[in-house]
Amino acid sequence: MDKILVTMFGLLGIAFTYWFFLGKKEKERAVSDSVDIVVEGGYSPEVIAIPKGKTTKITFIRKDPNSCLEEVVLGDFKIRKYLPLNQKVTIELTPQQKGEFDYACGMNMYHGKIIVT
Amino acid sequence: MTPMTQAKKTFSIKGMHCASCVTLLERSLKKVEGVSQATVNLATEKATVTYDPQKVTDQHLAGAVANVGYQALISDEVKHEDEEQRQKEQEMLELRNKVITSLILGGLLLWGSFPGLMESAPLVLKNFWVQLILASPVQFWAGWGFYRATISALKHRTANMDTLVAIGTTVAYGYSLFVTLFPKFVESIGIEPMPYFDTAAIIIGLILLGRLFEARAKAGTSEAIKKLIGLQAKTARVMKNGQELDILISEVVIGDIIRVRPGEKIPVDGIIVSGESFVDESMLTGESIPTEKIVGDRVVGATINKHGSFTFKATKVGQETMLAQIIKLVQEAQGSKAPIQRIADLISSYFVPIVLMLAIATFVIWYDFGPHPVLLFALLNTVAVLIIACPCAMGLATPTAIMVGTGRGAQQGILIKDAQSLEIAHKVNTVIFDKTGTLTKGQPQVTDIIATKHLEENELLTIAASLEQSSEHPLAEAIVKAAHDKKLTLHPVEKFKAIPGHGVEGIINKKHAALGNKRLMAKTKIPLTSVEAALSKLELAGKTAMIVAIQGKVAGLIAVADTVKESAKNGIEALKRLGIEVVMITGDNQRTAASIAKSLGITRVLSEVLPEQKEMEVKKIQAEGKKVAMVGDGINDAPALAAADVGIAMGTGTDVAIEAANITLINKDLRSVASAITLSKKTMNTIKLNLFWAFGYNVVLIPVAMGVLYPFFGILLNPIFASLAMALSSISVVANSLRLKQVDIS
Repeated sequence: MDKILVTMFGLLGIAFTYWFFLGKKEKERAVSDSVDIVVEGGYSPEVIAIPKGKTTKITFIRKDPNSCLEEVVLGDFKIRKYLPLNQKVTIELTPQQKGEFDYACGMNMYHGKIIVT
Repeated sequence: MTPMTQAKKTFSIKGMHCASCVTLLERSLKKVEGVSQATVNLATEKATVTYDPQKVTDQHLAGAVANVGYQALISDEVKHEDEEQRQKEQEMLELRNKVITSLILGGLLLWGSFPGLMESAPLVLKNFWVQLILASPVQFWAGWGFYRATISALKHRTANMDTLVAIGTTVAYGYSLFVTLFPKFVESIGIEPMPYFDTAAIIIGLILLGRLFEARAKAGTSEAIKKLIGLQAKTARVMKNGQELDILISEVVIGDIIRVRPGEKIPVDGIIVSGESFVDESMLTGESIPTEKIVGDRVVGATINKHGSFTFKATKVGQETMLAQIIKLVQEAQGSKAPIQRIADLISSYFVPIVLMLAIATFVIWYDFGPHPVLLFALLNTVAVLIIACPCAMGLATPTAIMVGTGRGAQQGILIKDAQSLEIAHKVNTVIFDKTGTLTKGQPQVTDIIATKHLEENELLTIAASLEQSSEHPLAEAIVKAAHDKKLTLHPVEKFKAIPGHGVEGIINKKHAALGNKRLMAKTKIPLTSVEAALSKLELAGKTAMIVAIQGKVAGLIAVADTVKESAKNGIEALKRLGIEVVMITGDNQRTAASIAKSLGITRVLSEVLPEQKEMEVKKIQAEGKKVAMVGDGINDAPALAAADVGIAMGTGTDVAIEAANITLINKDLRSVASAITLSKKTMNTIKLNLFWAFGYNVVLIPVAMGVLYPFFGILLNPIFASLAMALSSISVVANSLRLKQVDIS
């Protein structure tokens, strides 16, 4: 009996894990001139949409002391920045190409996305 | 809680002119939240601010100054580095304390509960309640970071390394707490009541220890940038109104006249206006021999003046200097992503959720099919799976190698634009060199002086240079320069006449003198029989020979040619040793081209190629299935550089960021082409090894932790060993990348 219960809960747990982590759909936030991204257990907003050919200021504020998040890497824009705790670090992007560009922490564990429209 | 610290900063303000500015600025600065004191000095045009660094940034201060219409000159770069350094040191200290505490407490717990060890332990350590007291600070103080990261990640519906550690240790700690509270109940279901506090504590201790080592090693990967930033001079001695003033480097403006004394660092880029010296440029170009600098020569900031003293006019300051450009380029390269990383990216975005699902599956399988006591086996193996999984190694595999590789290149004057360029360069099997200005110096020089019996070589050169001093022909320049180098005194020329396409003539010391090609001699009917053999020999060698005639008779020959760079031959040999085909491309006629190619050992020559055709030639070679690197000056051959798989530009002047080039060689050394390719190969090998290790580790050890070996060999992985393996795994990846600092690329 207990084995059936454990199996059932196990399967439910697996399904929940899949749905919780892999089934999420982050809605993008459209940004025109500037945006503040709070770095705390991830990036919020995680997905931003910025216009092509215009300069957008993106300000990161790291509130999470986790060393995993101490760097932010925007590989497609060749930017790797150290984010001092509780300080604003601003980068300016003027994308010349439309598309979706991922960004991540220095160890590639936390992810965000910049959509150029 | 970190104690509240006050920082003090002094910076210059631009645009101040009256006492009311002082009040205005002070008021504005004091308004910034976190600033406790602000004083502005009109005489020095400086502000001194005392503030809380937790609340106030440079941007705040600069903003407050800008609000009232002035400009603050705060050196961001240096400040930023200091701040980063301070914060990292603080973090390291905290981490070290946590590691020491958790390993000591974990050690005591291990002694009191590990079979084989516990027999020798004092009774008190075997007490469950004592163990609970010892384990709790480790779990909730040292391990607090794992929980905090997990909670904030869960809010974003993401999971990472910390999530795995937090869940894994909580399972071990929670079970142990249950056993401590209800030993009777545990016994009643057929399990010996034994807590696993030691497992939780030691796992936390070891993983934190791994992080400490990893942080230290990672600091080494960005060392090159730190060194470059450290090269920056702090002050400059500027001449103003007849006085010499030491001012901050950020205050130097274009046009300032700066004095540099022996042994001093040159503060910014500029052109020498008086004095002369030798300058050590090795820190930027890797070139070890000091370069002579005279009036009109360019000097570069951050290089070191050796013995002489000189003044120079600043031409580039701030972000425009060569050093600032190099730093920017290297930073960009280190922030870029190598294509090989995409696969690691893809896997790591699914990795942690998959491990979590595998951990649940492990629990279920052991609970359903495992040996007695099933709950214990199921729990321990689940913890082992959670702890052994190491996504960090995958995340670190590529970027750390790219950072060390690009940094290593920069130290030797090889600037790599991005990770992609570094990756492609390792596949290059053909290198095309542009001839003029790349393999050769691009400036014709006198190579041979052949005088007839009645004349000294120097006399011949004096006459030729005297004739040419009024001419504007490029070959004339070479002859006049040769005379100047030998410190010869030129004669005045009367009745000077230039005959286009032929040469020049005039009267020197009452004698008729002519200098020109065969056509000039034929025109003036001067027989060439005595020098015929020497002439054709020079022409065969690809040199331009000019005949000097005095009073209607041949007096000698002067040959001019574009000379090859000293590093060209060795550079080409180095490429051949790597098994790379070398091709030369030039607009020269076939004979000249062949002669230079032969002297350099190049067998494939593309001659008489017009500048606009070079791009096509590159494409033709690519069509043969070759991966092509094109080496040029980056200006005339930009389309060819862009068309090649890898465009390599020889650094020209102070502009290091050549748009069309993937790699810029600021050391101007042709041997660096082979070095760059070798660096690329070694970096790629490191990345591949790192990825192989990081993937292999997880692919092999996660199933072992799940217990696949148990049915066959009875092998299970103790969670403590799992944490040890995990910690070692990411350290080994970083350490492997750091090896790139030592590899020989010359």
